[in-house]
Amino acid sequence: MKASNALWKERLAGKIDEALAKEVDTFEMEIELRKQGKVDEKVFAETRLRRGTYGQRYDNGQRHDGTESKKLPFEEKLTKGPMTAWDAPGMQRIKIPYGGLNPEQLEVLADLAEEYSDSIAHITTRQDVQLHFVHIEDTPSVMRRLAAAKITTREACGNSVRNVTGCPFAGVCRDEPFDVTPYARALAMFLLGHPDAQNFGRKFKPAFSGCAQHACGLTAMHDVGYTAVVRTVDGKEERGFCMVVGGGLGSVPYQAKVFEEFLPLNELLPTVQAIAKVFGKHGEKKVRSRARLKFLVADWGLEKFKAEVAAERKKLAPDPRWTSMLPKADLEDETPLKPPGEMPSLGNDERLQHWARTNLREQRQAGYVVATLALPLGDITANQLRDLADIARKFTKGTVRATVEQNLVLRWVSKADVVELYKALSAAKLAAPGASNIQDIVACPGTDTCKLGISSSRGLAAELRGRLVAKGTALDRAIQDLHIKISGCFNSCGQHHISDIGFYGVSRTVSGFRVPHFQVILGGQWEENAGSYGLPIIAIPSKRIPDAVERITAHYLKHRQPDERFTKYVRRVGKGPIRELLEPLTKDLPDPAKDATLFSDWGDPRQYSIGDIGKGECAGEVVSAYEFATTEAERMVFAAQLKLDAGDAQKAGEEAYAAMKMAAKALVQLQYDDVTDDAQEVADEFKERFYDTKVFFDPFAGGKFADYYFAAHEKRGQKFTAEFAKYTIEEAQLFIEAVHSCYNKLRTEGIGTKP
Amino acid sequence: MSDLQHINVKIGLANESKLDGERVVEIFHGWISKQASPDEGVLIDVADYRHVPEGPGILLVGLHADFGLDYADGRAGLRYNRKGAVGGDNAKRFKQALSAAARACAKLEEETKGGLKFARDGFDLTVNDRALAPNAPETFTKHKAELEAFAAALGGGSVERLNAGEPRRLFGARITLKKPLDLAKA
Repeated sequence: MKASNALWKERLAGKIDEALAKEVDTFEMEIELRKQGKVDEKVFAETRLRRGTYGQRYDNGQRHDGTESKKLPFEEKLTKGPMTAWDAPGMQRIKIPYGGLNPEQLEVLADLAEEYSDSIAHITTRQDVQLHFVHIEDTPSVMRRLAAAKITTREACGNSVRNVTGCPFAGVCRDEPFDVTPYARALAMFLLGHPDAQNFGRKFKPAFSGCAQHACGLTAMHDVGYTAVVRTVDGKEERGFCMVVGGGLGSVPYQAKVFEEFLPLNELLPTVQAIAKVFGKHGEKKVRSRARLKFLVADWGLEKFKAEVAAERKKLAPDPRWTSMLPKADLEDETPLKPPGEMPSLGNDERLQHWARTNLREQRQAGYVVATLALPLGDITANQLRDLADIARKFTKGTVRATVEQNLVLRWVSKADVVELYKALSAAKLAAPGASNIQDIVACPGTDTCKLGISSSRGLAAELRGRLVAKGTALDRAIQDLHIKISGCFNSCGQHHISDIGFYGVSRTVSGFRVPHFQVILGGQWEENAGSYGLPIIAIPSKRIPDAVERITAHYLKHRQPDERFTKYVRRVGKGPIRELLEPLTKDLPDPAKDATLFSDWGDPRQYSIGDIGKGECAGEVVSAYEFATTEAERMVFAAQLKLDAGDAQKAGEEAYAAMKMAAKALVQLQYDDVTDDAQEVADEFKERFYDTKVFFDPFAGGKFADYYFAAHEKRGQKFTAEFAKYTIEEAQLFIEAVHSCYNKLRTEGIGTKP
Repeated sequence: MSDLQHINVKIGLANESKLDGERVVEIFHGWISKQASPDEGVLIDVADYRHVPEGPGILLVGLHADFGLDYADGRAGLRYNRKGAVGGDNAKRFKQALSAAARACAKLEEETKGGLKFARDGFDLTVNDRALAPNAPETFTKHKAELEAFAAALGGGSVERLNAGEPRRLFGARITLKKPLDLAKA
């Protein structure tokens, strides 16, 4: 904890917006009350989350060292939430609406990263900035220093309106009808702390995009998404938004549905207020796994949801801010520092040419470009942030934005300055080429710092990036243009569903040992604002993923039709042949006593939960039956995908349910051999033995995955639409992963044998 | 004299070092497992930032202090970052940070069997707290005598202000020693 914490309050007095200052004072007082035992730990946990102060891996005070779980000797016994040690370092999330940053803010982030964190600022897939390893008692100082730079962490986490994201090219994009930036800003300010947005069961994520065809805003995967549109009425152009609702990634991704083809600008704020009220009133509160807006929209159907929102809208008392917060006129949000210029000769410098090709983008305004700073794994050092602040001042009026690809962009660069800019960025080690290419891999924190991480997404990303950067321009252009996105678990923070090649972390037990794996997801669409989602193909040991990427890309190069994009190639070839291509990578794992490579994760020498192994001949017998059944269940889920691809939603849905039943039965049989194949009996036995006892519960997700199975069981025999079948397949895959986790837990605790 | 806290010491890698990052990651994990911190504090995690150019490198995160094989400013070295407050006066805090950094270097030299070799001719000392020590000429003037006394206690040497032209960087000094630093006894 910093010795200077008391000084910042005094030093920044009068330099912070009064309301923001009061909020930080209140939070500081809540910390003090918690220290005195006057605030319940659960209440305190939600309080800090709503201020962006998050937990981090090992904050339960336990750490597995590869052979056994050991207690971390924290001296302070106080907690900052259930099973969360007070002294355990945490993550501070910082909201950056639409990713907009100026040089002064970059400098503050640099100082905070250096003084309170590990000298790294991490850009997230939702345009936030995260600092890791921050002590809870330092957070008020962090918040005060941010507030002095007009940044708030309020509602960066918790059941609240999260960062309002927006296209980082808004205002300079050639394809947008108008700049969405001031509207994203207005919506962010309007909803911040709004009383109608304080009663959610889960988070609520808005996004803005200037156009429908690109990926920059990813509106289709948000709770509420806005795309700029213009219509002509009586010969007069009118601006508005195509508004979508009910999208989201998470464990089971949902595509947002069109709520309004044209939402007039003056309806932007009252409509989102009405949606917030409906979500607050009717959204699920008890079952966390069903508490996102996407479930409410899916359960009610779009028409009922629209009717409820319309009814709520009518009841709203008029608020002058609905119009006063909107931009007054069509003014440019930003202006350039330098006059427009012509692109200079790039000479023979191949690296500069590569960088110019992949990292520069023409602005709508002639003579200007946007330069992308491709950050490795979204990380930037404190020193680089200061260098960037200088560069932004030298070449622009400080116009920087974070992107959903974990990069930063510098807008309004005169073309005449391109070579000088490249030199300045190179000196700051910020001129890596390949922005938005295959080497520009997106990854969530995974097992590095996230409490939920199953596999090392960042370790894998670093490994793949190293290999792909080494190949550089030697890679075929068709391969260079692909996207790779990696999540450490099923929760999709790495956005693996919307990538050409996606991975999410899972674990498997092989010959009694746990092995880190990644599930391979292919066929997702990044363009068209995350136009479609990929589906799982097969789980592969983590250390063999680079081989999988080699195989997939080689097959694509060899078998693609002229100019065929990857998504189309996957659809044409079909998932079956690709699975066959990858299947050998799942077999012939070596004896860990002779070669332990596959039994640890990337960048982590510890044996992957090796201490969890239980041994015994009886368990050995059960293992075979269990493994046989779950392997069959996985095959069935894959078969369901193929049926869905072939257009048979009914059979796909039925097969997915059957796979769940198969996996549930595999668990039941660990305790009760005589269970029959009767669907009701399997469900009842599973419920009694694993759900009611909470043995199946995930420490974070609770009974969520079992709920998927029970819901599918209840709905069996119903007609499956393509959409319903797709969700059932996703849920079946996740249920099977949870069965694997439960099985591992049973073995660890030695209760996997028959009573 | 005002209190300086959160002292950082960075001891550079000697030219002849053979850096095997994987081995360092492994060693740091081992220290956590044994809770064998060179400063006897609680060790928590390893963060690997080798993908970031001139970044914090491989970081061993603790409760009161971090140890890192750091690459900032293009100079590889062991950086000790004291996060918790230390009692006593500034001289005691300088000594605490140098001792912890030196002990970490000695341990790394031993456990890499000579693969890593640290410089003995000096080190950088910075104060990781801008409120306590803004990087201004006055701060250097105020603490110069203390820093010189610290160098003298190590056998004498020169004290040169770091980052003098860059007020946004941390306040600190490069201490060049006349006598080689004894890592085990520093």
